[in-house]
Amino acid sequence: MLQIKNLHASVEDKSILKGINLEVKAGEVHAIMGPNGSGKSTLASVIAGKEEYEVTDGTILLEGEDIEDLAAEERAHKGVFLSFQYPVEIPGVSVTNFMKTAINETRKAKGLPDMPANEMLKMIREKSELLEIDRKFLSRSLNEGFSGGEKKRNEIFQMAMLEPKLAILDETDSGLDIDALRIVANGVNKLKSKDNAVIVITHYQRLLDYIVPDFVHVLYKGRIVKSGGKELAHELEEKGYDWIKEEVDA
Amino acid sequence: MSLKEKLVSSFLAFENQVDLESKIHDVRSEAIKTFEAKGFPTKKDEAWKYTSLNSVLKHDYSLFPKQDNALEYSDIKKYFLDDIDTYKIVFIDGKYSSNLSQTTHDGIDVCLMSSALHKPKYQLIIENYFNKVAGKEGLTSLNTAFSKEGAYIHIPKNKVVAKPIQIVHFSTGNEAALMLQPRNLIVVDENSHVQIIERHQSLTDNPVLTNSVTEIVANKRAIVDYYKVQNDNINASLIDSTFVEQKRESHVSVHTFSFGGKLTRNNLNFYQNGEYMDSTLNGVTIIGDKQHVDHNTLVHHIEPNCESHQDYKGIFNDSSTGVFNGKVVVNKEAQKTNAFQSNNNILLSDKATINSKPQLEIFADDVKCSHGCTIGQLDESALFYMKSRGIPEKEAKGLLMYAFSNNVLKSVKIPELKQRITKIIANKLGVNIGFDL
Repeated sequence: MLQIKNLHASVEDKSILKGINLEVKAGEVHAIMGPNGSGKSTLASVIAGKEEYEVTDGTILLEGEDIEDLAAEERAHKGVFLSFQYPVEIPGVSVTNFMKTAINETRKAKGLPDMPANEMLKMIREKSELLEIDRKFLSRSLNEGFSGGEKKRNEIFQMAMLEPKLAILDETDSGLDIDALRIVANGVNKLKSKDNAVIVITHYQRLLDYIVPDFVHVLYKGRIVKSGGKELAHELEEKGYDWIKEEVDA
Repeated sequence: MSLKEKLVSSFLAFENQVDLESKIHDVRSEAIKTFEAKGFPTKKDEAWKYTSLNSVLKHDYSLFPKQDNALEYSDIKKYFLDDIDTYKIVFIDGKYSSNLSQTTHDGIDVCLMSSALHKPKYQLIIENYFNKVAGKEGLTSLNTAFSKEGAYIHIPKNKVVAKPIQIVHFSTGNEAALMLQPRNLIVVDENSHVQIIERHQSLTDNPVLTNSVTEIVANKRAIVDYYKVQNDNINASLIDSTFVEQKRESHVSVHTFSFGGKLTRNNLNFYQNGEYMDSTLNGVTIIGDKQHVDHNTLVHHIEPNCESHQDYKGIFNDSSTGVFNGKVVVNKEAQKTNAFQSNNNILLSDKATINSKPQLEIFADDVKCSHGCTIGQLDESALFYMKSRGIPEKEAKGLLMYAFSNNVLKSVKIPELKQRITKIIANKLGVNIGFDL
């Protein structure tokens, strides 16, 4: 699904990612953990195609294809989805209309006609039920005045609508209370299949009790310094990151 | 001969041609003297600091087209709101076109200024209202001096006019360059309600300069919704001066949609003579190339307990320039005034310019007044967010700009007009918006 080789990236000439190697296969869940400032969100943004980040070395292959020169929307069309840590407010565009535009633009890129209105409505109904989203919520302006929890739930709703091959969840657990966390995690678990893959970026182990990873990677100073199974997350929860920092910095 | 000299010297011939006995003969004569003294405004005038008329005054305009020109409805249908039933007052090169118009005298008067100025049955209204609220600036005086034709609308009390009224001015290009000076008077009496759409449309690339003046009087509890659709050809310029006098408990809104033309100057003036009323001034400007749009607004709060709401949005591309000069005056007596003004702009190019200047003059002490002005580019983080959902850059930008102007469209009360404006905006922004926002 995703192969990252020796990835270096910088923003405004400041080097942030310094040689990331990561392979994610279809059907897998990978967790990327690490202390603040280690480059987790940068990695997510670089995969999604944010232009401010410059890839200075290395490659990102999606299903064997180098996606470095693709614009963010082209990556989305190929099945990359990023759940934002801080979803952006877009006044004047309702959740429903935003999703209609996103889905139909993706279909257009694939040479498909617009999704028929009744099919779209049915899909919206199913997916909003999955995430326990009130229908009224869907006619509100995107993210405008949403609580932290509503924003995150809305991100996963969008993921459900777009059915990506590779979903990257950037700190989706931050700002969620325990009920919202359970709803969001439940949604992600239902969307998981043998054909898609999920990368969960998180600072804490909490979310990983609900979305159980196959692999856990620790990112520190722009490199993956340790990888393991789900037990690594528990170890980090108990012992914090200091022992890893010491190991690396030694 | 300069345009000013040409206008002044042609006044006598004009007066002879119209009607020396007319009641407004003295008004016209006085007005030409004022124009002669004041002339056209220049950048030295504070209110014209950012708008120069030089480029539009240089043409040798015909002032009185010789021949009557006709147009086929099928050729100009697209300039009308034709999916609903409306009254229409249509002019071609300044002359009334009876076969394109649909006027009425059935309980209300929707007809012509030329007949109102002559026929005895309109005399009282003309005496009471003509040139009463209009200002005495050079350009308005010039229009007053040559006032002869335009729309005359009088809605007596307790009438809700079911059909919107469209006032449309066409110029055919049969003259190499044409100057038009339409004069409209709209008087709405107690408890009555009317909706009006005004448009100026040049059909060729020949230069046209329109110096239009509209007087609107909203009497007690009247509701007037006025929509100006400005989407003219690249060599057409418009100076549009509107003067609104409101009486107690009336509601007047003016929406100005400026999407085209070479130079557009809107002078929109509200005078609130009474308590418990509100005034709404909304505008959307989307221009490019070297187009210039200037909104010059005034809201004068004279008595207590009134509101005014101004919301102007502008999107400027290429080398276009915009001006927003919004003045709010609150008299000492006008306590409990709520006056809000906002002007937000997006510049899409390094060469586009906007000059935004809010002015508040508040003499009362128990008021709520606010003004805000923003000038910015499109939000990059919002663009990335939309792109990451598969929406291409061009569509994402269009959607953001569309959403930006959306607030102003919300208050358009004629659904078909709203839809039409939506389409024009989508078209201007080069996006296909497959839904209503």
